[in-house]
Amino acid sequence: MNLSGSTTEGAVVGRLGVRSVGGLVILAADAAPLKRTPLYSLHLALGAKMVPFAGYEMPVHYPSGILNEHLHTRSQAGLFDVSHMGQLRIAGGDPVKALETLVPGDLRALDLLRMRYTLLLNQEGGILDDLMATRLEDGLFLVVNAARKEADLAHLRERLERLTTVEVMEDRALLALQGPAAATVLSRFCKDLPQLGFMTAMETTLAGYECLVTRSGYTGEDGFEISLPAVGAAEVVEMLLARPEVQPVGLGARDSLRLEAGLCLYGHDIDETTTPVEAALAWTIGKRRRVEGGFLGTEIVLRQLAEGATRMRVGIRPDGRAPAREDTQIVSSSGAKVGRLTSGGFGPSVGGPVAMGYVDRPHAAEDTPLALLVRGTARPARVVRLPFVHHRYHTG
Amino acid sequence: MSTYRFTRDHEWVRLDGDLAIVGITDYAQSQLGDVVYVELPEIGHRVEKGKEAAVVESVKAASEVYAPVSGEVAQVNEMLTADPARVNADPMGEGWFIKLRLDDPRELDSLMDEEGYKRFIEEQH
Repeated sequence: MNLSGSTTEGAVVGRLGVRSVGGLVILAADAAPLKRTPLYSLHLALGAKMVPFAGYEMPVHYPSGILNEHLHTRSQAGLFDVSHMGQLRIAGGDPVKALETLVPGDLRALDLLRMRYTLLLNQEGGILDDLMATRLEDGLFLVVNAARKEADLAHLRERLERLTTVEVMEDRALLALQGPAAATVLSRFCKDLPQLGFMTAMETTLAGYECLVTRSGYTGEDGFEISLPAVGAAEVVEMLLARPEVQPVGLGARDSLRLEAGLCLYGHDIDETTTPVEAALAWTIGKRRRVEGGFLGTEIVLRQLAEGATRMRVGIRPDGRAPAREDTQIVSSSGAKVGRLTSGGFGPSVGGPVAMGYVDRPHAAEDTPLALLVRGTARPARVVRLPFVHHRYHTG
Repeated sequence: MSTYRFTRDHEWVRLDGDLAIVGITDYAQSQLGDVVYVELPEIGHRVEKGKEAAVVESVKAASEVYAPVSGEVAQVNEMLTADPARVNADPMGEGWFIKLRLDDPRELDSLMDEEGYKRFIEEQH
């Protein structure tokens, strides 16, 4: 059998640096050395299977395996190392006004310590990255995707040169604690955390280290992301793992969790060729922004808001048990090609295959019957509403 | 019980009367991770040694299972449809994939025996 398979995220590196990413086998005999997060040694000690991801050596799963880690996160609390992601600070001048020239979100409306999911767009309205922006006293705190952080930094610095300063927050780690037990776990260390509202930040200390904690995440569950100094990361992780509700969770389950939650993975469901409207992310475009514009890509985005886009990102549920993965061709009931999958796999909580992809507008309505071309045969599927698993954010 | 033979692609095969039972090894299932879906061939389908005979999927990836020997599919393990995790739980026994009516039993001779396969895996690391 072919053990490297064709994966949606992460890859297997053999002795010669043979990588299989999304079906393509790339020979990288002298690949650049992989970076490591502050938790690398701890991952090894926990028995993690490490794989390259976005230039980092990251845990794809621990001995329990992806299925257990995924289910554990939805029933108790999973702890993720996401330190590979970029943490940036924008300060000086008017950071909100400056960043609003590059994103369609209404950042001005963010109260102190409130945060928002938004998109960096290019001139054509294409998505350069998706990110979280948090309003701090002296500016904005951004968390961007690992694979895009270099490009994002260059873009932000170039475009905002005389307006504000963009700096990388060096020597920091980022953890995510997600699941229905996350608040209970953290309340043992900070009694105010359970009251923290969804999409809100607070400063606190964990194990004596100053942290910025936000109530947000990438799983659809209640949860928190913790930004802290790299030197304290291992200690805080060990402190959290000592709690009976907490298990370490790798990138494999992170991917299946976010897919079930209907959340986009940059480079797959969204990229420079997809606009917010096509990507079903028009909700990120602020009301005031729709009238005032003033962001890169305004023209195309406003036109698509008025006229609609020619294709749409939708959820797709294959009928049987066979998973259908990224790049699978989608055909209509008459056999015409109408799109392709951008994410797909097995949903452990759903108990069956789940997928997301783009389909031509006429075939994007809920319940539209489709077929997926998997290994040469057309497998029935249909368009479904996202998410596959209800979000359980702390909005109450 | 007759002896297991192994391929460099981590399939195993052993004779059971005039049929050859085929599965994937313990090493293969541990590398794959949790199996969530298995696609088996039709009964009567012909498989060629070294060519795809079945597909096994984990949460993250689809992998091909190659036929260690040539023959005609006589039986498939229907249990794997409802319970794919069986491949992880008992890869060398209850997790078998297909039973083939062999073209030529001598095709087994060129495959590794248990000792040979053990050494082969050790060399992989």
